Amino acid sequence: MSQAHLEIVRISGHAGPVPGAGLKRELGVAKLIDTTTCIGCKACEVACLEWNGLSFSDTTFQNSYQTMPETTWSFWNLIKFNEYEPEDGGLMLLMRKDQCMHCEEPGCLIACPAEGAIVQYANGIVDFQQDHCIGCGYCLAGCPFNIPKFSPTSHKVFKCTLCADRVNEGLEPACIKACPTGCLEFGTKDDMLVKAAARAQQLREHSGFANAGVYDPAGVGGTHVIYVLHDATNPEAYGGLPKDPRVPWTVRLWKGPLKWLGNLAMAGGLIGLFVHYLRFGPKSVEEDREVPRHGEQP
Amino acid sequence: MNPDRIVRYTFRERLMHWTAGLSYVYLLLTGLAFWSPWLFWIATVLGGATISRALHPWVGVIFTLAVLWMFRVWAGQMGTTDRDREWWRSLKHYIRNEDDQVPPAGRFNAGQKLLFWGFLGCGIVLFLTGLILWRPNWIPWSLDFLRLIAVIVHPIAALLTIALFMIHVYMGTAVEPGAFGSMLRGDVSRKWAARYHRAWYEQVEEVGPEDRARE
Repeated sequence: MSQAHLEIVRISGHAGPVPGAGLKRELGVAKLIDTTTCIGCKACEVACLEWNGLSFSDTTFQNSYQTMPETTWSFWNLIKFNEYEPEDGGLMLLMRKDQCMHCEEPGCLIACPAEGAIVQYANGIVDFQQDHCIGCGYCLAGCPFNIPKFSPTSHKVFKCTLCADRVNEGLEPACIKACPTGCLEFGTKDDMLVKAAARAQQLREHSGFANAGVYDPAGVGGTHVIYVLHDATNPEAYGGLPKDPRVPWTVRLWKGPLKWLGNLAMAGGLIGLFVHYLRFGPKSVEEDREVPRHGEQP
Repeated sequence: MNPDRIVRYTFRERLMHWTAGLSYVYLLLTGLAFWSPWLFWIATVLGGATISRALHPWVGVIFTLAVLWMFRVWAGQMGTTDRDREWWRSLKHYIRNEDDQVPPAGRFNAGQKLLFWGFLGCGIVLFLTGLILWRPNWIPWSLDFLRLIAVIVHPIAALLTIALFMIHVYMGTAVEPGAFGSMLRGDVSRKWAARYHRAWYEQVEEVGPEDRARE
């Protein structure tokens, strides 16, 4: 969805600097998701569908409360349930709201070859512009969170927009608006980090969760969706949240050194061949192919 | 036919070559558009990036079939011989156009054989990795490693073919006048055959050009 008056700082597939980047200063925004107070009501799932005009998808039952195995191109917000048995005994029903993490270093945008199909706003939101998407699916390779989803009908890729349209108008994202327990909060990234840290401290000191902490993975430069986890040392337990997410090294190699090496080799090759021709020329001159020379009889 | 000229490429070989060649050029141009933002305009010229992305895999299938066809027709003539090994040792002279110091080539010289095997190998790799990248929803998250391998291997294989392709086009059009025409019209002059593929020429002379043409 195009948000012309949000400040754009990064454009996919764009040659040269980003026009107008740095014109305005904006505070980074963030969703704070406290998994310790989530009750799994799925109000955020419904609010997301309603606000974004998506029709409800069929649910798949897998002996769990989870609506479906993973987010889809038309279902961007999914509560992941996990019945988890901690080492010290007992049973925990973990619930985590899964959606785009809005990475500071977005692998999807880095991998995308289509100009303007993915943009990053100064407030940190990473947004897909489907009218520029060419349907190559490279963003799927760039993402360490399994978020971009390809629509087999439109051949475009979709994901959570962090309600960029609402944020642009000074509203909180639809999921935040719908949360009944207050486990979802929205504000500046700095404020949310302070709140998250305070909550994690409370969990450590007063609730017996010695490993409670904040999930704001540094491998992707931090994210604009942060979690409070009962056990920050084991994020995988929360429906497969990666421990140390990074833009995959093959994507970084491909978009970094390989690109420069390849370009250098191609340009060098063209120059080399041209210089070879100047120096050595053809191996023989073109033969006359049944063409009579001037004054000759055919 | 002009008695001064002999058949070098049959109609079937020429059709095969140009099926591969023209499909490769399309793949190269659209591939370069997705390779770098500075070349994205190529896709625009070719009808838009969405169309380019949609057609690239299909043209890739045509290219793969053409390369396999080439394998069926030419593989038997592409084996490395002692003369080829000697040819590689005298590569410096070949590059400097000192061809009198290069062993006489058969129907295909050692460089052409490298081109053949290089395109066959890279073609298969490009096809397999291309298949993974074709429709993003074909690869589930549990097999994501395939996609991660494909995004790096596909461009590397493509770069290797670009190196082969640049040398091939340069040799065939600029360095050996008559070569390009032979791939279009099929025949070369005896002088040309003796100049560039003496061993082949002597062999053809023995069996006679008429017999060769009928093959």
